[in-house]
Amino acid sequence: MKKILILGATSAIAEHCARLWAEQGQALYLVARNEDRLAAIASDLRVRGASSVDTFTLDLNDFDRHEEMLARADKSMGGIDIALIAHGTLSNQKECEQSVELTMQELRTNALSTISLLTLIANKFEGNQSGTIAVVSSVAGDRGRASNYVYGSAKAMVTAFASGLRQRFHNSNVSVVTIKPGFVDTPMTASSKKGIMWVGPDYVAKSIIKAIDARQAQKYTPSFWWLIMNILKIAPSAVVKKF
Amino acid sequence: MRVSGWGGYPIIDADLSNAATQEDLRKLLEATQPLIARGMGRSYGDSANHSVVAQTKYLDHFLELDTVNGTLKAEAGLSLREILRVLIKQGWFLPVTPGTSFVTLGGAIASDVHGKNHHLSGTFGEHVLSMRVLLGSGEVVTTSPLVLPDLFHATCGGMGLTGVILDATIKLIPISSSKISQKTIKSRSLEKSFRAFDQNFAATYSVAWIDCLKTGSSLGRSVLFLGEHAGREDLALSLKKPITVPIHTPAFLLNKLSISTLNASYYAKAINNRSKDVPLTSFFYPLDAIGGWNKLYGKQGFIQYQFVLPTEGGLSNMREILKEITKSGSGSFLAVLKKFGPANKNLLSFPIEGYTLALDFKATSSNISLVQRMDEVVKDSGGRVYLTKDAVMKESTFKATYPKWQEFESVREKYGAIGKFASSQSKRLGLA
Repeated sequence: MKKILILGATSAIAEHCARLWAEQGQALYLVARNEDRLAAIASDLRVRGASSVDTFTLDLNDFDRHEEMLARADKSMGGIDIALIAHGTLSNQKECEQSVELTMQELRTNALSTISLLTLIANKFEGNQSGTIAVVSSVAGDRGRASNYVYGSAKAMVTAFASGLRQRFHNSNVSVVTIKPGFVDTPMTASSKKGIMWVGPDYVAKSIIKAIDARQAQKYTPSFWWLIMNILKIAPSAVVKKF
Repeated sequence: MRVSGWGGYPIIDADLSNAATQEDLRKLLEATQPLIARGMGRSYGDSANHSVVAQTKYLDHFLELDTVNGTLKAEAGLSLREILRVLIKQGWFLPVTPGTSFVTLGGAIASDVHGKNHHLSGTFGEHVLSMRVLLGSGEVVTTSPLVLPDLFHATCGGMGLTGVILDATIKLIPISSSKISQKTIKSRSLEKSFRAFDQNFAATYSVAWIDCLKTGSSLGRSVLFLGEHAGREDLALSLKKPITVPIHTPAFLLNKLSISTLNASYYAKAINNRSKDVPLTSFFYPLDAIGGWNKLYGKQGFIQYQFVLPTEGGLSNMREILKEITKSGSGSFLAVLKKFGPANKNLLSFPIEGYTLALDFKATSSNISLVQRMDEVVKDSGGRVYLTKDAVMKESTFKATYPKWQEFESVREKYGAIGKFASSQSKRLGLA
C-alpha cells in the first residue's frame, strides 16, 4: 500500500488519478479549498476501494500553513510515499494584461505556491531518502504564447524548478516527475472550444500514474505534445507569431 | 452546439453546459430556464434535447456503499457502467438494468428504465429508496415513496420534467458470480414465442430476439434467451473499452437484403435448448461492445421504436403490427420482444402488463409515417410507446395513451417545475 498526498485534489486530473489509486487500494490524503467537494470526493474514493482517505481543507495560497498541512498528512498516513501537486487556475489572459494585481495573483497560485510546496516536500523526502514528487506543469510553459503567457510563464517556472530539483536528487532515491498535459477537457477549460487534440482527464490520469510508477523525469500527455513543443521551442519567432 | 439523442434524429442547436458542482447547477437554473438535464444522451429521440441543456457528467461520485443493507447512494451523473465496474467485483449488482450500461443513474430514474427481469422485479424506480431533487425554485428536497410521494412518482419516469435529480439511494442485489447461466429456446412462430414466455415466467431474466422480416407461418419466429445468476464463486469482470465505429457508414448498407441475411444467420446459429455460462456484460449489454453503433444507420440517424400491448388481445395485435412492418420492407436491425409484469404507480412510467417490442428504423420520411401508423394501432389496442425512445409521437397519441398526464402536470405545477424544465419532447407532446 502506498501513502499518497494529493494537493489540489478537486482538480479533475487529480481526482482521476485518485480514482485509479483508490482502485489499487492505496491510502490517500486530499487537500483542496472546497470542503463540500472534498467530502464528496473522499466518499467516492472510499467506495472505489481506497484503504483510507483523509482530507484537509486549505487554500494552498496560504503558504504559512504548508508545513502544518504536511505534518498532518504525514501523521494521518504514517508517512508519505508520493506527493502529487495538481492545484492551479487557468488565468484569464486578457484580464491579466490589464491588471498587475491579477497577474501577480495568478503567478502566486500557479507558480509560487507550487515552489513553496516543492521546497518543503523535497526536503522531507531528502531526509527520508525516498519518495516521488509529481508536479502538474503544462505544455504552456514550454514557450510563451500571446493567448496564455501569464499561465505559461508560471508553468515555465514550475518546470525549471522541478528539473533543478531532479538534478539535485539524481544520486538519491527521491524522484521528481514533471507532467505536461496538453488540452484536457475539464471544468477548468469549460469555456474553450474543443477539437481533436483534446483528451479527457481519465486519459491524462492513466499516463500520470504510469510516469510515476516508472519514475519518468518528464511526461507529455498525450505524448504527441513532445514533438509539437520541441518544434515550437526551436521555431523562429517569425514563424511562431503566425500561429 | 448540435445536440441529439442516441438515434441521431432529430438534431437541434443548444447551449450545453457541464456543471462542475451541484451548486453550479443551481446557479445555471437560476440564470437560464427552462432547461433539461442530460446524462449520457442515450435516450434515443429528443427527451434530453432543448435549447438549454445541463449535462451532469461531473456529478459522478459514489457517495456511500452500505454493505450491511445492500444499498448504494451516488450522484445522478454516475454511469451504470462505472457502478458495475466498481461494484461487481465487490459482489453487488443492479436490481434492474437496461440494455446498455452507458446510462447515468439519474437517466435511469428519469426514464424509469426496465430490464430483462421486469416480469418479476419491475422497473428501476421501484428499487429507488430515496433521492434528492433540485426543484424549479432552486430548493433541494429529498423524496421517497413515503416522503413527498407525489413528487417521487412523478420524478421516476418523469423524463427530467419535475426537477433535476441530484443523487439517489438504490437497492442492490448480492451476486457471487459475474456470469449468467443462459438458456436458449427457439420458437418458429409468434404464437409459440408468446407461449415460450408464459412457460418460462419463473426465469429471472427473459428476452427474445425476433425476426421482423419473416412472413406467413414463420411470422414472429424468435430466439428466447433466459438467464439466471450463475452460482459459482467468480467475480472477475472484464469491461473493455468498446471497439468504436469511427464514422457514419453509408445508410444503404443496412437494407432489406443485408438485414434478412443477418437475421437468418442469427436464427440458424442459435441452438435450441442449449445452456451455457456467459459473461454478465455480454448477456445484458451486447451492443456496448461496439462504441457508436448508432452510426451504422448513416448520417440521417434512426428511430428506435418500442411499444407495449396489453396481454388481452396481445397476440393478434402484435401480429397485425408485424404484418405492417414486413409489408413496408423496412426491416429492423434488432427487434426485441419481452413480456412485462404489472405496471407501477409512477405517472409516466412506460411498462404495463403485456408484450413489448423494440425495433429500429432508418430515419426516412416513409419510416416516420410507418411509425406514426403503428402509433395508431398501438393506441387502439390500449398500448403505448416508450417516451425514452420516442422522437415522433403526436400530442394526441401521448395524451390518449398516458392517461395520468394531467396528474403529472399538476404535480409539476405544485413543485414549481412549469416554465423551469422542458425538453423538445415535452413541447412536442403538449406538456406545459
